[in-house]
Amino acid sequence: MTATAGPSTEESGGRFRISRSSPDATAGTWVAVAVVALLAILPFVGGDSTQRTLIGILTYLSLAQMWNLLAGFAGLITIGQQAFVGVGAYTLLVAAERNGVDPFLSIVAAGVVCAVLSAPVALFAFRLRGGYFAIGTWVIAEVFRLIALEIGPLEAGNVQSLTRRNALSGYDIDQLRDLIYWSSLALAAGATLVVVLVLRSRLGLALRAVRDDEAGAKGLGIDVTRTRLIVWMLASGWMGMTGALVHLNSQSINAPDAFSVLLWTALVIFIVVIGGVGSTTGPIIGVIVFWVVSDKLTDWFDLDDPWRFIILGILAALFAVFAPRGIYGWLQSWRPLQFFPVRRRLVGPGLEE
Amino acid sequence: MDWVNAVIQGILLGGLYALFATGLSLAFGVLRFVNLAHGDLAILGAYLAFSSISTFDVSVWATFFIVVPIMFAIGYVAQRGLFDFTLGEDPLPSILVSFGLGVVIQNALLVHYSATDRGLSVGSLATESIRVTNDISIGWFPVIILLVAVALLGGMQLFLSFTPLGRAFRAVSDDRDTARLMGINHRNLYGLAMGIAFATVAVAGIFLGSRTTFAPAQGPSQLLFAFEAVVIGGLGSLWGTLLGGIVLGVAQTVGNQVDVDYGWVGGVLLGHLVFLAVLAFRPSGLLGAKS
Repeated sequence: MTATAGPSTEESGGRFRISRSSPDATAGTWVAVAVVALLAILPFVGGDSTQRTLIGILTYLSLAQMWNLLAGFAGLITIGQQAFVGVGAYTLLVAAERNGVDPFLSIVAAGVVCAVLSAPVALFAFRLRGGYFAIGTWVIAEVFRLIALEIGPLEAGNVQSLTRRNALSGYDIDQLRDLIYWSSLALAAGATLVVVLVLRSRLGLALRAVRDDEAGAKGLGIDVTRTRLIVWMLASGWMGMTGALVHLNSQSINAPDAFSVLLWTALVIFIVVIGGVGSTTGPIIGVIVFWVVSDKLTDWFDLDDPWRFIILGILAALFAVFAPRGIYGWLQSWRPLQFFPVRRRLVGPGLEE
Repeated sequence: MDWVNAVIQGILLGGLYALFATGLSLAFGVLRFVNLAHGDLAILGAYLAFSSISTFDVSVWATFFIVVPIMFAIGYVAQRGLFDFTLGEDPLPSILVSFGLGVVIQNALLVHYSATDRGLSVGSLATESIRVTNDISIGWFPVIILLVAVALLGGMQLFLSFTPLGRAFRAVSDDRDTARLMGINHRNLYGLAMGIAFATVAVAGIFLGSRTTFAPAQGPSQLLFAFEAVVIGGLGSLWGTLLGGIVLGVAQTVGNQVDVDYGWVGGVLLGHLVFLAVLAFRPSGLLGAKS
């Protein structure tokens, strides 16, 4: 298959081509690599509290990238990802605390468990569309929480701790914190990279085609269900890993928090919507706003926890209505920069800007 | 006997769920708007009634005349000032704005009223009941709720079928652009439809608050129950919504009875599972048209 660009390719000696890179995207990629490298060496130059703050931000970035992949690119607007955070947390508990598996290996196991579990979830949820899909996934997340409470040996009715004797044995406190920090950096940077790679692939093209016109995409031979299922399982597994890591960091697991729609879905949605839904840069911008509001603003004005939901919720609702592309959309309309090389452009004679 | 009682109580509980579902169904039917703040609005209605009682020293029944008009007005303004901008092919903005609004309402209620359980007292009516046998008695208040639900759904059906405004609602629902060409002001209609949806959810919220206690965090589960009633009954069928509410109510009370007898499942979970079963085996719902 070479004749994709039509006869003009032949006439102009094949100088037309599809390009995904651009000078700004190349620069953006290098900036991203440099930032990740700088963050990676942070534990060697100290800063305990900075590390702890960053763990919170990076785990939220990981969740936000994955929610954005589902809602912004695949048209799967889920309000049920707390299911996978919760299952990830309890997988960590069972593997690391009860059965002596290394906690970081347990995080990977949590990802596998959640990816596998997400397939039957899709069987039910994919029957619904749009807003009904959103509520349907929420119901399924509730089912996960209630079933976790029904499984006696989990003892999900009580707060469970990860103890130094079992799950955390073999690691001293500083070592553990550094490893958790690097893991959260890996999950956040990895999530961003995975989304960029997905968008650059055929799968990414198919996703956006399905999102924009499902019938049309079907007509072009795209297997809609398969396409959606792949990203759904990928994102669910990633959320499960993130959920396990969050709870390895907090060292305690409580069912209402582990399966909390407010903590793991509402805040994540607000981050993505404020930053810019449907762009890979949006969640990064959003997570900075999230940090300013939930760490700094509440500190300065001495606000209770509900206030960060109120402030971020109002911001997100206003953005959803009046600026649906978020802060990233604003920046785009001011100067159309492309931070990650994901957009396809036609390059050729007479087409240079 | 326990089981018969569970089924009867479930049917009565279904009336409340049908009441919750009416507004959700109407907003989706007329506006294609899935209101994720629906449950939180019900709880808001209950708190407005709570405040009315303590401020004006009136009975629960009087609060309907205060809270329902207020909620109607909020609904109209919310539609004209906020939701109107999200209407379109893409469902994302409407989902995001209503979800965000729900979270804001829930947390604002938490800040203002605290997490303490509240209740609305209907006096002796709360305990008066019809005694059928020694084991089974039917409370008057749940019966009233069920009757109100039937009346509201029936009234809604008549309103949509026979009044000029109802016809206009159906017209904009079927084909907005043609309806506009016929001289219908769809924005005003949308505002009215959302106002009515908010008003019905206020009624449901006040009944919920009088039947049991309520707290700010309860909104989402009310949304899920209302949604389940709509899907079980079948989209676009008002009587289906009543049936869906009753099926859900029975599933929950029977589930609770199973929990009492065998220490397993529990009502809410069994209700969710019945909903998932309907979704898997009869996605158009019990009374919905086959798609």
